[in-house]
Amino acid sequence: MTALPASPAEFRPNAPGRLIRLSLERTRIEIKTFFRAPDQVFFTFLLPVLFVVIFSTIFSGEIEGPPGVEKVEFSQYFVPGMIASGIVSATFASLAMTIAVEQHDGLLRRLSGTPLPRSAYFAGKVGLALFTAFVIVVLILAIGVVFYDVSLPTDPKKWAVLAAVFLLGVATCSLLGIAYTRLIRSSSSAAAIVQPPYLVLQFISGVFLQYSQVPPFLKVVAAAFPLKWMVQGLRYVFLPDWVAVDDYGGEWQVERVLLVLGIWLAVSFVLARVFFRWNRGYTG
Amino acid sequence: MTPALSARGVRKRYGDLEALRGVDLEIEPGEVFALLGPNGAGKTTFVEILEGFRARSGGEATVLGVDPERGDLVWRSQLGIVLQSAGFFEQLTPDEAVAHFATFYPNPLDPRRVVDMVGLADKRSSRCKDLSGGQKRRVDLAMGIVGDPELIFLDEPTTGLDPQGRRQMWEVVREFTRLGKTIVLTTHYLDEAEQLADRVGVIIAGQLVEVGTPRGIGGRERALARVTFALTGNLAGRPLPETGADTATRDGRVTITTATPTAVVAVLARWAEANGEPELPALAVSRPSLEDIYLAMVEAADGGEGREGDDA
Ligand SMILES: Nc1ncnc2c1ncn2[C@@H]1O[C@H](COP(=O)(O)OP(=O)(O)OP(=O)(O)O)[C@@H](O)[C@H]1O
Ligand SMILES: [Mg+2]
Repeated sequence: MTALPASPAEFRPNAPGRLIRLSLERTRIEIKTFFRAPDQVFFTFLLPVLFVVIFSTIFSGEIEGPPGVEKVEFSQYFVPGMIASGIVSATFASLAMTIAVEQHDGLLRRLSGTPLPRSAYFAGKVGLALFTAFVIVVLILAIGVVFYDVSLPTDPKKWAVLAAVFLLGVATCSLLGIAYTRLIRSSSSAAAIVQPPYLVLQFISGVFLQYSQVPPFLKVVAAAFPLKWMVQGLRYVFLPDWVAVDDYGGEWQVERVLLVLGIWLAVSFVLARVFFRWNRGYTG
Repeated sequence: MTPALSARGVRKRYGDLEALRGVDLEIEPGEVFALLGPNGAGKTTFVEILEGFRARSGGEATVLGVDPERGDLVWRSQLGIVLQSAGFFEQLTPDEAVAHFATFYPNPLDPRRVVDMVGLADKRSSRCKDLSGGQKRRVDLAMGIVGDPELIFLDEPTTGLDPQGRRQMWEVVREFTRLGKTIVLTTHYLDEAEQLADRVGVIIAGQLVEVGTPRGIGGRERALARVTFALTGNLAGRPLPETGADTATRDGRVTITTATPTAVVAVLARWAEANGEPELPALAVSRPSLEDIYLAMVEAADGGEGREGDDA
């Protein structure tokens, strides 16, 4: 019989290099398994494509601004909303549902029995969401530009804001999806629990309509959540400045958008750490 | 020496059910310990408390010197866990899944070699979702050991395996034993416990009722031997010799229960020789098997009659 080996002091499970390596490894595996389920791939990318096509076909008019400014096509007007909606479905909705399944079939339990840091597990999920959200945004823009005369911004600052809102939005909504799994009690109820808040928020944040049409008290509610700010930041990227007067009372307030999203990122990180359970729902 | 694992008065309640009623156990480093017990006895509950998966309702436990409820990732890196059931990476192959798990550990084994060890060499490139139940169980085992753990928990590792698979699993356990690792396994197969374990513990209705070596448990070593043979050929109808032991005859078969089987056989041999039958027909000398002992314990706990001597 051998004595117990001393605990391997040189093994530091949360060393930054190890966290980065494992985050990349988890992301690699997530993306690999994602692509091995073709039905999942198809529907993930089909929905945003359908949205663009349907919206651009049904609302084929244009929005008139004050005299002397160029009009905005509806197909252009709804691009920011489509992108925001695509981000939320690739992150919040998709992660909450897939993690709920992993929780309830015991895969999470298996992972939690290993020295894999929880943050690396999160990072893999966010990595997959980042990837699918990116593909969705590219698809939306490509279809818009090719079929519906959508014009892309020329100002580099607008591209920078697009990138910032995209990254902050993906990270925040992914972490919120992770935290939200706490409310899901079985994998079969996942969709029913995930869809309502996200559909309601889409309406009151002005994803499917002009923000000026949202009643004021609902705007107050919408402003408490990140989606409204994502849409606002993305509208700045794709729409002329006069739209901000109608929709957001004057200015785009880009700095404020980024600040609010930054705060939400920190909050959602804490929520994910507090509410996420490796072990939930398992009774074996 | 510090035990690899120790439990003192470990209790677990699920609502009104007392699944564990104060379990005491110490396991030494390098030991192979098998936990036996009927369905629902509390084996999985006990093991998962030690693995840090379930909170205990009372008592103390340390595993590799750490309270499992406070085990950190360094502690986890020294454990290998094969759960009774757990989710899969359905879309990965065994090679990919095991290699993925290997990246979590500081000093993993070679993942391909581990896949070979568990007998999945010819399935290494199939998706896990397409594997049979027993093949999936082998993947479970491979993922559990690839981190080269000091202490391995195996909860019914061979349930669903074919005989060859069970033997491969035993070989894996023996290989880890040779390297001085500690193994805690649960099983419903008594031959498995007998083959592998240094000690076995029998848990019934949440209580550890017996702990001992497979040979000695439940007074098995001291239990009386049974000498049996058939009254056929020239022996048919002959009066039996006096052996001084408890003798019963049924359907032409004689069963003698004795503490001195060698002496009894010597007497019988001379008697048979004298009756013109140099070989005692169908002679057998046996001791109660681990299974006999185990079933007797379970029946005793159920309030039933003991089995010892029930066919005498
Ligand atoms: N999560 C749980 N919630 C409520 N009761 C539970 C839970 N897990 C186990 N039990 C109950 O506790 C008892 C012990 O269960 P456990 O799974 O530990 O048995 P076991 O010895 O592993 O059985 P088996 O041989 O069938 O695997 C059973 O009566 C079971 O129904
Ligand atoms: Mg069990």
